[in-house]
Amino acid sequence: MAVTAFAAARIRNLFAVVILSGIFSLLAAVLYVTLNAVDVAFTEAAVGAGISTLLMLATLSLTSEEEKARFNVKIIPLLIVIATGAVLIYGTFDMPAFGDPNAPAQVHVAPRYILESGKEIGVPNIVTSVLASYRGYDTFGEVVVIFTAAIGVLILLGRGHDRWRPGMRSNVISEQNEEEV
Amino acid sequence: MSRHSILRVVAKFMIPFIILFGLYVQFHGDFGPGGGFQAGVIIAAGFVLYGLIFGIENARKVVPAWATRVLLAFGVLLYGGTGVASFFLGGNFLGYNVLANDPVAGQHLGILLVEAGVGITVAATMMTLFFVFAGQDHE
Repeated sequence: MAVTAFAAARIRNLFAVVILSGIFSLLAAVLYVTLNAVDVAFTEAAVGAGISTLLMLATLSLTSEEEKARFNVKIIPLLIVIATGAVLIYGTFDMPAFGDPNAPAQVHVAPRYILESGKEIGVPNIVTSVLASYRGYDTFGEVVVIFTAAIGVLILLGRGHDRWRPGMRSNVISEQNEEEV
Repeated sequence: MSRHSILRVVAKFMIPFIILFGLYVQFHGDFGPGGGFQAGVIIAAGFVLYGLIFGIENARKVVPAWATRVLLAFGVLLYGGTGVASFFLGGNFLGYNVLANDPVAGQHLGILLVEAGVGITVAATMMTLFFVFAGQDHE
């Protein structure tokens, strides 16, 4: 995964970068499977490796295949990135050891989900009962986020024939807007 | 792409199974890995494959722009509507226990409806994104 990440950061050909990010997602999915998080791995493989690679390729077909900006090192952003990374690594020292049974994540609501969800929800897959029932609000928020994303793309790019502003067509939107999407 | 006969034949053979697998993931999410998010993406992938092989114009005939837009909103409304329904039946918002006579059956029904809403919205979103990016989103 580290190799693909570094390669994706260095290569100038964006087509290769998109394919590398797809490979990265697939490797991440394999990692999730080894951690027994099958649902997450499934999503990563379908969304990360499948659909987002496809959307990136579609974006490339609208823009250009080669990276235009010259690569030059700026000192202050680099220092900020290094400092933030160091703080984050320092933060991980307080994390409980992997698989520690007394970790906060294991003693708060997880026992209730594991012991009671079979009786309360009656669904064998605990992930589904947590996602759709116990944490229903969060999932509702996620669906609204996806909905909003689609609306945003429709507003930015999907102006086929605009009845109210006939001059505005999708092809006059500047290249910069398309890159932001 | 339309003259590659191997691609056309294999895609025609694959697409029903991709969509069938998507439906399996959707409705089997209670028992194994899967659920609305994954199922929506897989079903959308079936239509996207059709669009890639047979052209966007033909894919737009199968799934017109108004259909994806209606489904986009319908999924969110189905999710929210389930919440509001449980609200009016005397429970909390998205508290599924009151949807049926006994709590476990209510939870089953609620999760089924909510996952269906998720799946519909995700599938419609992915198809919308693909068709818009492919530049053929005319009504």
